[in-house]
Amino acid sequence: MNRVGKILVLASVAAVAAASAGATGAQRLDHRGGTMKLLAKAAGGTLDPQVNYTLQYWQLYQATYDGLLGFKKAGGNGAFQVVPDLAENLPTPTKGGKTWVFKLRKGIKFSNGKTVTVKDVVASMQRIFKVKSPTSGSFYAGIVGAKACLAKPSTCTLKGGVVGNAKAGTITINLTAPDPEFKYKLAVPHASIVPADSPPTDAGTKALPGTGAYYFASYNPNKQLVMKRNPYFKVWSKDAMPDGYPDEIVQSFGLTVEAQITAIENGQADWTLESPPADRLNEIGTKYASQAHIETLTAFWYAPMNTRLAPFDNVKARQAVSYAIDRNALVKIFGGPNLATPSCQVLPPGFPGHVDYCPYTKHPGGEWSGADIAKAKKLVQQSGTKGAKVTVLSSDDEVNKGVAVYLQSVLNQIGYKASVKPISGNIFFTYVQNTKNKVQINVQQWYQDYPAASDFLYVLFGCESFHPGSDSSINIAGFCDKGINATMHKALKLSITNEKAANRLWAKVDKAVTDKAPMATLFTPKHIDFVSKRVGNFTFSKQFYWLVDQSWVQ
Amino acid sequence: MTEAFADTAPVRAAEPATVGASPWALARRRLLRNRVAMVMAGVLALIVAACLCAPLYAAHVAHTEPFRSHLDATTLVNGKRVPVMEQSSTGLGLGVTPIGPTWDPRHYFLGADDQGRDVAARLLYGGRNSLLIGAASALITCFFATSIGIVAGFFGGFVDGILSRALDVVWAFPVYLLAISLSTVLIAKGFAVGPFRLESGSLFLPIAIIGLVYIPYVARPIRGEVLSLRQREFVEAAIGLGASTWRLLWSDVLRNVITTAIVFFPLMLAIDMLTEAALSFLSIGVQEPNASWGTIILDGQGLLYTRPAVALAPGIAIAVTVLALNVLGDGVRDALDPRAKLRRTD
Repeated sequence: MNRVGKILVLASVAAVAAASAGATGAQRLDHRGGTMKLLAKAAGGTLDPQVNYTLQYWQLYQATYDGLLGFKKAGGNGAFQVVPDLAENLPTPTKGGKTWVFKLRKGIKFSNGKTVTVKDVVASMQRIFKVKSPTSGSFYAGIVGAKACLAKPSTCTLKGGVVGNAKAGTITINLTAPDPEFKYKLAVPHASIVPADSPPTDAGTKALPGTGAYYFASYNPNKQLVMKRNPYFKVWSKDAMPDGYPDEIVQSFGLTVEAQITAIENGQADWTLESPPADRLNEIGTKYASQAHIETLTAFWYAPMNTRLAPFDNVKARQAVSYAIDRNALVKIFGGPNLATPSCQVLPPGFPGHVDYCPYTKHPGGEWSGADIAKAKKLVQQSGTKGAKVTVLSSDDEVNKGVAVYLQSVLNQIGYKASVKPISGNIFFTYVQNTKNKVQINVQQWYQDYPAASDFLYVLFGCESFHPGSDSSINIAGFCDKGINATMHKALKLSITNEKAANRLWAKVDKAVTDKAPMATLFTPKHIDFVSKRVGNFTFSKQFYWLVDQSWVQ
Repeated sequence: MTEAFADTAPVRAAEPATVGASPWALARRRLLRNRVAMVMAGVLALIVAACLCAPLYAAHVAHTEPFRSHLDATTLVNGKRVPVMEQSSTGLGLGVTPIGPTWDPRHYFLGADDQGRDVAARLLYGGRNSLLIGAASALITCFFATSIGIVAGFFGGFVDGILSRALDVVWAFPVYLLAISLSTVLIAKGFAVGPFRLESGSLFLPIAIIGLVYIPYVARPIRGEVLSLRQREFVEAAIGLGASTWRLLWSDVLRNVITTAIVFFPLMLAIDMLTEAALSFLSIGVQEPNASWGTIILDGQGLLYTRPAVALAPGIAIAVTVLALNVLGDGVRDALDPRAKLRRTD
């Protein structure tokens, strides 16, 4: 083929490509509009993005609020990537990793029409402390001046910590020590940028203006939450905040889970926040298979055992429980092998630092192969804890209670006198954290905040995460091994310069923690989203789950 | 009005010779003649006997441990070994369904619950607990209500004032609300006063709570009856003859109100069983791994679509038992209080 021929062929290929792209674009425009109808059993509490800590609203904040940085709005593992959002770019920290300088994008407006300024960013960072954000003491405590803010939130200035330069349009954040995970912490909703004149207290049911593609138009926790298109929104980064498809997103509250599933089957609603009940799974998996989306989560279900209370202050007693648990049985309670996978370690599969490890099974190695009751009974004998009374606490929903009843059965089988106490889900999480309540063992789940091994290992089993007498002591097992803790700090430090080497170290920490058994890992869950027939372009972000606004309903 | 009507009622022609027979013998005869009550007594006896045989059924017929999870167990159905918890193999393969009723008493007669436990075995064990709690709490109610009613009605004045107001305080709370509140508090931490201690999982907790909340409902009518008795000639005559207070209470008052307490017993047993079922359904009655009919209904709630038998079986058991108790209770009342014409069925 000669040169002209080549050009002609290339031109025709380009024309076809352009035509098809145009057709696709037009198709996508056709999908714009309509109302996405979401269902939830109950409202998720406050609407304040710097206070709320529920997946229910974090999912919706993805379309309503922005931070300086954000997680990429993409499917699968792509969602773990941090991208610049209100900031022009993702800076490389300077001064040994302690200083981050962000340049604010120009011309972005809040949903109330006001332009986002450097002042808004500085005020929003201060507001994290003023409203006592649940992560103010953990995620943002490393900012210079945070100590004073934590001590006296109302007068927080973060002096020397967050410095704005209105002329240059920059915000400088100074840390007391390098924090390799700081970019993730700036990408979660608690670091959302809201107007500087936002109240310094929890906004509650009153929505704060945001910069996202949508804004919260109305909120009645007893009825519904309505999101509408932000009239001032223009796409500045498709990765950080793409435009959405539906004109309105409405989340209604109050129906039972059974009724929600029926409503979706009948096309009266598009999605439910709740996991389908066990007795509807088969129906969903057969009759409505095309409407079910199953995704593996970076999470784990585990049973923390209090290392400071008998009988689990004895490592052999804890290991005995880990040996005795039949993970396959628990997988069945959760809905079967297509919805969960047996596991023995802390880090979930595919997570940074994960290396298959399972010592608590018939054939120790990489994978769980079966419970070893004989070994468990022997360990209980050796520990001298046989006959001890043990109370298993769980949240009072069907699956958690089912797991607790199973654990009770296993504990009785290996020689303990076990009982079960289901507690209302509203108070369970804080109740089990407080050492005053003397919780011996309970059923827990942990879902990643951001993709770093430390978010599991250091947060859940680090000495610094244990706060006796506090409702906010996420190290529920009260585990503190100085050697392991030192390795965690080493890994945290190493991740600033060499992430791969740090992850290798985290793998060692994972193994060491698993060996000490402050928890019995149960399984890695999968997530099921059941949507109506009309929902298209379903996109599941591993960071924030289903991207609601990226699906269409027409 | 009812009393006046009853007092003037003529003696029934069909009444057999009563000369020389004690009131108890007469009552027994009347009860035995009440066919409906006797049929229900038979049904009740069958239920009680079946529940008492629960350990025999579990160990020697079903060969199962009803208080342990059997999520990985298998069983025989038509000679074929099948898993108790069946994994869905169609479509996306979602969900695990417990085996349904096999109608074979040796292998999951009524199917399995969500922990793979034999529902039939648990139903029998659950019946034992439901009946035990119902009977024990009804006994507590009747005993304390009778004692309080007699003391309040007989002594009157200050004593009556104190006891009646105390009953009013309990009465002021809706009975279920009070039972739920007490259970919620006590189930979590147990109850301890000095050396007396009830553990949080103990069956005595629901027994004590249910027994306590119904005391005013029985004590009030008994107090009223004692107030009326206190004015009757035979009591005044006994006082005039110098009878001691103890003798008056024992021979003249208690013996005349005991029939009311006896009539109340089966009715309270039925009500107490319903209350126990309600508390257990709310997870604040009988605690895992123990079972009662209420807890089994709770277990079955999550399986209503796929295995309705798990919830239906204990529901039917409660309905039949309560019906039997009510009909029997009416029969006992008719037998002990033949003047109560308005409630007679024959």
